Amino acid sequence: MEEVLNALARALSFGTPLLIACLGALLNERAGVVNLGVEGMMALGALAGFAVAYGEGGNGNLWLAVPAAMLAGGLAALLHGFVTITLQANQFVSGLALSMVGLGVAGLLGKRYEGLPLFDHPPEGPFILGAIGLALLLAFLFSATRLGLALRSVGENPAAADLLGLNVLALRYGAVVAGGALAGLAGAYLSLVYRPSWTDGMTAGLGWIAVALVIFVGWNPLRAIFGAVFFGLLYYLQFRLQGQSGIPSEVFASLPYLLVILVLALSGLRGQQGNAPEALGKPYRRGER
Amino acid sequence: MGKPLLQLRDITKRFPGVVANDRVSLELYPGEVLALLGENGAGKSTLVSILYGLYRPDEGEILIEGSPVRIASPVDALRHGIGLVPQHPVLVGRHTVAENLALGSGAALFPSRRILPLIERIAGGYGLQVDPRAYVHQLSPGEKQRVEIVRALLRGAKVLILDEPTSVLTPQEAQALFRVMRELKAAGKSLIFISHKLDEVLSIADRCVVLRRGRVVGDLPIERASKTSLAELMVGRQVSFERRRQTPAPGPVVLRVEGLEARSERGLPTLRGVGFELRAGEVLGIAGIAGNGQSELVEVLAGLRRPQGGRVLLEGKSLPSDPARLFTLGVAHIPEDRIRMGSVPNMSVAENLALRSFEQPPIAHGFLLNPKALATQAQEQVRAYAIATPSVHTPARLLSGGNLQKVILARELATQARLILAVHPTYGLDIGATEQVHEALLHQTRLGAAVVLVSEDLEELLSLSDRIGVMHRGELLGPYAATEVSREQIGLLMTGGAA
Amino acid sequence: MRLEPLPNPSPLRSVGVTLLALGLAFALVGGVFWAYGLGPLEAYRTMLEGTLLDPRGWQEVLRRTIPLLLIGVGLSLAFRTQFYNIGAEGQLLLGAVLAAGVALFLPLPPALSLPAMALAAALGGALWCGLAAWLKNRLSVNEILTTLMLNYVAQSLVIYLINGPWRGKDVRGYIYSDRFAEHQQLPVLLGTNVHWPTLALGVVLALLLQLLLFRSTLGFRLRVVGENPGAARYLGIPQSRAFLVVALITGGTAGLAGFGEIAGIHHRLIEPTQLSSGYGFTAIIVAWLARGHPALVLLTAPLMGLILAGGDVLKVALNMPFRIVDVFSGVMLFALIGSELFLHYRLRLR
Repeated sequence: MEEVLNALARALSFGTPLLIACLGALLNERAGVVNLGVEGMMALGALAGFAVAYGEGGNGNLWLAVPAAMLAGGLAALLHGFVTITLQANQFVSGLALSMVGLGVAGLLGKRYEGLPLFDHPPEGPFILGAIGLALLLAFLFSATRLGLALRSVGENPAAADLLGLNVLALRYGAVVAGGALAGLAGAYLSLVYRPSWTDGMTAGLGWIAVALVIFVGWNPLRAIFGAVFFGLLYYLQFRLQGQSGIPSEVFASLPYLLVILVLALSGLRGQQGNAPEALGKPYRRGER
Repeated sequence: MGKPLLQLRDITKRFPGVVANDRVSLELYPGEVLALLGENGAGKSTLVSILYGLYRPDEGEILIEGSPVRIASPVDALRHGIGLVPQHPVLVGRHTVAENLALGSGAALFPSRRILPLIERIAGGYGLQVDPRAYVHQLSPGEKQRVEIVRALLRGAKVLILDEPTSVLTPQEAQALFRVMRELKAAGKSLIFISHKLDEVLSIADRCVVLRRGRVVGDLPIERASKTSLAELMVGRQVSFERRRQTPAPGPVVLRVEGLEARSERGLPTLRGVGFELRAGEVLGIAGIAGNGQSELVEVLAGLRRPQGGRVLLEGKSLPSDPARLFTLGVAHIPEDRIRMGSVPNMSVAENLALRSFEQPPIAHGFLLNPKALATQAQEQVRAYAIATPSVHTPARLLSGGNLQKVILARELATQARLILAVHPTYGLDIGATEQVHEALLHQTRLGAAVVLVSEDLEELLSLSDRIGVMHRGELLGPYAATEVSREQIGLLMTGGAA
Repeated sequence: MRLEPLPNPSPLRSVGVTLLALGLAFALVGGVFWAYGLGPLEAYRTMLEGTLLDPRGWQEVLRRTIPLLLIGVGLSLAFRTQFYNIGAEGQLLLGAVLAAGVALFLPLPPALSLPAMALAAALGGALWCGLAAWLKNRLSVNEILTTLMLNYVAQSLVIYLINGPWRGKDVRGYIYSDRFAEHQQLPVLLGTNVHWPTLALGVVLALLLQLLLFRSTLGFRLRVVGENPGAARYLGIPQSRAFLVVALITGGTAGLAGFGEIAGIHHRLIEPTQLSSGYGFTAIIVAWLARGHPALVLLTAPLMGLILAGGDVLKVALNMPFRIVDVFSGVMLFALIGSELFLHYRLRLR
C-alpha cells in the first residue's frame, strides 16, 4: 500500500511539469494555433527561473523566479505568435524554429550557471495543486465563460468569430502568449523544484511529450490530469526498473520518445484527430475590409 | 411611404479589372420587402458586402434615417441596425445554437445559458423554430438559416438582408421562410431579399431593384413587374424559358447502379439502396438539397469512395475504385470544387490540361515528360475551347472561374467519354460561360456519352435532363421523365414528400 | 499598413526577399552574441577569418557542405510534397549504423566494401524515415513529431551499440567502435577531410532529383500531391504512396550522409553528437532556402556549411558552446518562413 502511495506521489511530481506544459499547449491549440516550441520555451523558462533565483552568487529572489520564467516563456511564444499569426507562416515549422532557438539561447546564456547548486528552493506541493487547479480552471473557462467561448470559436471558425466582432488576432496572440508562459512555468518547476539546478538539455524531451499529450487527451483539460499522471507513472517505473533489470540504460533513455510515438499512434487508432479544433494550424486572414 | 430608413447614394466599388458597383443608388423604407435582383456577377454580393461592412465603397455614401454613416465592419453594421443572413451560414459547427448566438454578445459568465430566454422570446415572436441546445453541425440548411435570422434580430436589426436565402431550401421550406418574412415585415422590419429566382421575387417583394453589370437598370414596384420584364432587365435581352433539350433515341445501357449503400466517415448511412440505369446519349439530372447523398453518389461513381453494398456496372463490367483507371475506361468527372479538386492552381495551364494524360505518350516518353508535346497539346485545347489565358505557361490560379472551368472541361472531355459526371458545372459562371458548358455537355451526348448532372439549379436540371432523380436522405427517388415532372413536384420530393 | 496581393511576382522578388530575411537573421543572431557578452561584429569577423579567409577554413566549409548537400536535396523534395521530415539527423545516424555494421561484421571483397556500406546506409536512413511515412499513412500520425522523436531513439541506439556490443577492443575511456580497414575508407582530397566521392554523389543527386521533379512523370505526380492533395485524390494519385516515395528518398540521402561521415572522416562509429553536428536540422534550412528546387541546394548547402564551420571556429577560438549553431538555425528558419508572406504580397502604407 505504501509502495502504491509512494508511486502515486512520485507520478504526480513527475507529471506536474508535463501537465502545466500540456495545459499551455492545449490552451493555444484550442484557439487554433499549434506551438511545437514547448521544449524550447520550457528551456528558456527553466533558465530564466534559475537565473533569477540564483542571482549573483546564490542571493537571488525566489519569489521573482517564477514570474521571470513565465515572462521568458511568454516572450518566446510572442515570437511564434508574430511569425504565425501576423506573418501567417507555417505553424509547425515556426514551432520547430522556436525549439531550436529556445534550446540554443538557453544553452548559450545558461553556460555560466552550469553545475551551480540552488540551496533554497520552493516546495513542490503548491505546484502540484496549482497545476491541477489550472486544469479545472481551464475546463471552467472553456465551458462556462464568454472568454472561453470566444477562444474556442476562434479555434473552430475564425471567420465567424471575426464577423461577430471578436478580435481573432488578439485572442490568438493572448492564447499563444499564455500558453508560452505556462511552458515557462513548467520549465521553472524543473530548475527550481524538481532538480534545483541548471543543465543544458534538462527539459529532456518533456516539451515534446506535452505536445503529444494534447492530442492524446483530445484537447480536454480535465483528461490532461489523467494523461499527465499516467506519463508520470511511466517515468517512475522507468526509474524503478532502470537499476534492477538487465535492460541497458539507453533503452530507458529513448523510452519517452518511443512513448510519444506510441501515444500518437494510439490516438490515430482511436480517431482522436477528429477532436482537433477545426481551424487548428491554419493561419487566419480576413478578406479585404 | 414616409422617410427612407436606409439610403445608398452613388455607391461605386472597383476591383482590379472590374467595376463591381457603378453609382448604385437605392432606398429602403420601413416595413417593406425590397428585392435585389441580378445575375451572378451583377454586383449584388458586392453591394451586400458594402452594406454589411465587409467592403468599403470607393465612392458614394450610406445614410440611415437621413444621416450619413460609416460602416467599417459587420459590428458597425449591426450597431446601425443592419443584419445579414448570409447565403452560406457563418456558424461554428461544433457549438450549440445557443453558444453561437451568445458569441460576441453574451454575458461574461454562463453566456450560453443566460441567453436562452432571449432566444425563446425572439424565436417564438416571429414563428422561428430553433432548438437552442442542438449542435449546429446537425442542423439542416433551413434550420441554420433560422439561427442566422434569430441572431440578426437578437442584435437588434431593423434592416435584414437575406442573401439568396432560398438557394439551399426546398420550395416548401422557402414558403415557410416567406411566412417568417411577412411576420417580420408586419413587425415593421425592413427586408432586402436577394435572389435571381423571379417567381419568388414576384410573390414576396413590394418593390424590386435590378442590377446588371454593377448598375441599377430598374427600380419598380412589384405591381408593375412581370417575370419576362424582370428577366429582360436582368439579362439585357429576350430570354426564353423553353426546354433546350430534345430527348434522343435511347442507346445501349452505359451505367447500371444496383442497391448502392454507403456510409459516412462517422458511420452514418449516406446512400441507401440507390439504383438506376443510364443509357448512351442520355442526361440524368440529380436534384436534392445539399447533404442528401449527391456528393457521395458521385464519389462512388468517380471511384473516390468505396460503397458498403450494391454494385456499379459500366457497360456490364464492375467499376474499379480508382479514379485514374476509371478515366481510361471513359469516365470523365467535372468536380464540384474547381480549385480544391479540379485543378492545381500553382501549376501551369498546360500542366493542368495534362493532369489526366501526363503518363501517356506523346507527353510521357517512358518515365520522362516531353515539355514540347505538353505545350503543343495545351495550345490546341486552349484554341478549341477558347480559353482566355496569356499563355499556356501561366499558372492556373490567374484564370477566371469560367476559364478555369473550360480548362477542366477540355481536359476531361479530351478523349471520348462514355460517362460524364458533372457536379454543379456552371456554379458561379456568367451566362456566356454557362452556355458554353451546357453546349459542351450536350455535344458529348450527341457523340454517345451518358451524363449524370448534379445541380442545385432546378432550371438547369429541367432544361438539360432527360430524366430527373431526387436524392433525399440517401435514397434516390425516381428518376422521372423531365417532361412529366414540374418544378413543384421536384421540390416536394426534395423534402421527402410524395410526387 | 496593409498587404496587397501580387498575382504574379517576379522570380527576382523571391531572391530579394530571401536575402533580406537572411540579413535580418544575421542581425538577430548578432543580438544573441551581444547578450552572451560578445561583440556581434567581432563574432562575425572571427567566423569569417576562420573560414573563408583561411585555406584550412575552406576545407572545413566544404567538408560540412557534403552532408548538408546530401540531406538537403532529399529534404527539398520532401518539403515540396508537404512531407515534413524533421528527422534527417536520426536517419543520418541509422545510415551510419548500418554502414558501420557492414564494415565491421560483413566479410566482403575489398572492392565491394564501400558500395555495400553506402547501400546499407541509404537503406537504413530510408527505413527510419519510411517508418514515419507508414505511421502517417496508416494512423495519420503527424510526421514532424515522429521523425523528431526517432532522432532521439537513433541517438540512444548508437550510444548503446558503441557502449555495448560494438565497443572497440582498443578503447580506453571514450566510447567508439573498432576502426574500419583501409579499403572501407573513402578517399579524400589530398591532406584534407573532404571525401570527394560523396561530394560528387551529392552534386549528381541534386541534378538528378531536379530532373526527376520537373521532367519525369513521377515528379509530376509528386508536385500535384504537394500543391493540391484534393486534386491528387480526384485524379487517383495516391497521396500515401507519394509520401512513402519521398520518405524513402529523403531518408536514403540522409543515410548516405551518415555513410560519408563515418567512411570519409571518422573511420569508425562514434558518439552521435560528434558524428553529426546537427546536420539534419541545418539541412532543413538548406532545403527551405532552395524553395523546392533540389538543384538550388548546390548554392544553399555551402552557405549553411559556412555557418556550421563558423560555429566551430567560435567554439575553438572563443570557447563558445556549439549551441550557437542551434540559434543560427532557428533564427534563420524564423526569418525565412516569416518572409514568405512577402513573396506574394506587398506591404502598402496608407
